[in-house]
Amino acid sequence: MTVSNPLRDPRDRRIPRVAGPCVLVLFGVTGDLARKKLMPAVYDLANRGLLPPGFSLVGFARRDWAHEDFAQVTHDAVKEHARTPFNDTVWQQLAEGIRFVPGEFADDAAFDRLAQTVAQLDTERGTGGNYAFYLSVPPKFFPDVVAQLKRSGLSSPPQRPGGHRPWRRVVVEKPFGHDLASARHLNAIVNSVFGHDSVFRIDHYLGKETVQNILALRFANTLWEPVWNRGYVDHVQISMAEDIGIGGRAGYYDGIGAARDVIQNHLMQLLALTAMEEPVSFDAASLRAEKEKVLSAVRLPEDLATATARGQYAAGWQGGVEVPGFLEEDGIAPDSHTETYAALKLGVDTRRWAGVPFYLRTGKRLPRRMTEIALLFQRAPHLPFSATDTRELGQNALVIRVQPDEGVTVRFGSKVPGSAMEVRDVNMDFAYGESFTENSPEAYERLLLDVLIGDPPLFPRHQEVELSWEVLDPVEEFWAEHGKPEQYPAGSTGPPGADALMARDGRAWRRL
Amino acid sequence: MTIDLTETTTGAINDALRQARLRLGGVASGMVLTLVIVTDEGAQYDAVRAASGAGRQHPCRILVVIIRRPGERSRLDAEIRVGETSPGETVLLRMYGPLGQHADSVVAPLLLPDTPVVTWWPGAPPAVPSENPMGALAQRRITDAASADVPRDALAALAAGYQPGDTDLSWTRATPWRSLLAATMDQPSGAVTGGTVSAEAGNPTADLIAAWLSHGYRVPFAVEPSTGPGITEVSFATADGEIAISRPDGRVAQLRRPGQPERRVALHRRETTELLEEELRRLDPDEVYAEALAELRPR
Repeated sequence: MTVSNPLRDPRDRRIPRVAGPCVLVLFGVTGDLARKKLMPAVYDLANRGLLPPGFSLVGFARRDWAHEDFAQVTHDAVKEHARTPFNDTVWQQLAEGIRFVPGEFADDAAFDRLAQTVAQLDTERGTGGNYAFYLSVPPKFFPDVVAQLKRSGLSSPPQRPGGHRPWRRVVVEKPFGHDLASARHLNAIVNSVFGHDSVFRIDHYLGKETVQNILALRFANTLWEPVWNRGYVDHVQISMAEDIGIGGRAGYYDGIGAARDVIQNHLMQLLALTAMEEPVSFDAASLRAEKEKVLSAVRLPEDLATATARGQYAAGWQGGVEVPGFLEEDGIAPDSHTETYAALKLGVDTRRWAGVPFYLRTGKRLPRRMTEIALLFQRAPHLPFSATDTRELGQNALVIRVQPDEGVTVRFGSKVPGSAMEVRDVNMDFAYGESFTENSPEAYERLLLDVLIGDPPLFPRHQEVELSWEVLDPVEEFWAEHGKPEQYPAGSTGPPGADALMARDGRAWRRL
Repeated sequence: MTIDLTETTTGAINDALRQARLRLGGVASGMVLTLVIVTDEGAQYDAVRAASGAGRQHPCRILVVIIRRPGERSRLDAEIRVGETSPGETVLLRMYGPLGQHADSVVAPLLLPDTPVVTWWPGAPPAVPSENPMGALAQRRITDAASADVPRDALAALAAGYQPGDTDLSWTRATPWRSLLAATMDQPSGAVTGGTVSAEAGNPTADLIAAWLSHGYRVPFAVEPSTGPGITEVSFATADGEIAISRPDGRVAQLRRPGQPERRVALHRRETTELLEEELRRLDPDEVYAEALAELRPR
């Protein structure tokens, strides 16, 4: 146990949370994620003074690299993608702690070298025997890596004199399986070596400021709580639209599809944060307990044919460029049934939400990139105006824009200036960029720091992952048995079936 | 755009601001505070520059109060800058003659509604910031003891007149050091029996760090002169030996502790813009500063 530090005062808001001495071991350093997000995030943390003196980064991959080569790759990635300005002194400090271990996941000798490397860092740089393993590799390699970490003794910290025991943490990325069974299997593999509390599942959406702000918006204010329920809310739309296609990810995407790729993790987490009850505190256990409660109350409608829609983008014009259809993309079978657009109608069986539908949709090659949560309110029960006066009055709405242009919009009716009484929708807008810093940290920065500090509230627990699969599995099974996804032209707002889904309820999707 | 108004009134300034905003298409709708800078003609350029930089993180209305030629007849000149260097608005207010004694009557009508007010004195601190008319307008009062002729005396005076909401840039300058010290002492060590802070002579930040450490550990920390730049070393005497962080070059610090390899970490001195950014981030009273400052109160 650490003795309490008299220099740490909870009232002292100037001193940031800084990670203790540790090594970050990165598997899969050649991937896009490592180059574009992880390495820049490590540098940004160092630049903000949030990494401890002696912090070390070890790369492991099947490359014939020396330490310097890996340092150079990291340097280039940082220069290109880091959020904060490049500072040579900071980089030199970081570079001194960069190591590389070449090898394959099946190679015992390579992992023995890795164990030697980190042990050497402990003596050379005082990293204290604390290691975080970041598995930025496809799940099929998890069994090998985890078994090797166990065999080489890397996963079990030695007991130090004085009862002090260094920590081990493992970080995994989505996909957390492709259905309930595989998620359980994956979890069993990781848990066979690492305890529940040592596993950090990254859903990078939870690292976004706007997503964390959902909690502040809901639970720090009095304005919204009275209307945040079935008494006032008509329905909720949670959307994540992408303008890009699958790009070079055919190997990953084919057979997975939009629902597994996005709805199971990101959108279900957004739904949980929107619909959950107030946690008794913001510690990890209370927050996760509320998310699990609400996820366990999520219900699929009886008839999946009318409550779901899916599509595949066909060739078309997207943003002024002619693009190929999904079935023509490299590496996609011409008869693939994988969906690139998915929409679902869900219910949340709680007193707060009974009867309020939650519509979730995600898709690729839509008109623009956008993620939002929209609460659409019921119309006023009585309007003391004539019908023509309020023809242009829509439903009141509260929209949380997750990305881009992060912020919150409230839409309500207002009188149009003039001698006639005419009411039209107007927006009241809060934009992060206007009211706060232009440089809020990247999601990965926040999440990596939380891993190194050991702060778990922003990481979904395995139960949450399983609950999400329990919702999605019947849909996937239904889709597997019922034909092909509809085609929708690239650059359009999705398949006709998705619009029909809303039209049946007398509603419409918000414009993308 | 820049608008010059000579021999003007606050009403005309408000009108000009409103029109400028309309003409630029409603910029600066999200201003989060009003920053009042009390300075003189010689220092205003640097102060406004630093504040505009901080304004990129905290969009604000910057009101610069410049008192000129008290002997002339009363007159108010305003220079309005909108949509240039920062997302907010900047108004330089030059007050001539007896009006200079009533600057608060000019500033009050120009404060943004519904948002906090911060006053910053880049030069020597006023005797009691909260009782100064410019300070009385604000929730948060930023002084800079390092600008005083004798910084140590200035800190003592600030300590004697402290009110919640006071803060000083020499305390802000301590943050990177304090952060590194706190992180260093997160690791288990022997009991701390004392220590020293070495710095260039007349460095108020060193005084505050020593006071903060003394308050935390309830043992004396001495301030010793060195050749600088700034603070060069902080050391703890512990039961297990000495733990020290030294920064001889103002850029990179070395951390030494018993039985462990020496480690290095970047520890930069920061620009005024960064200091202001940190100050504007939180506007509630800084109790930790109050306690450290109280240690410096003349007894």
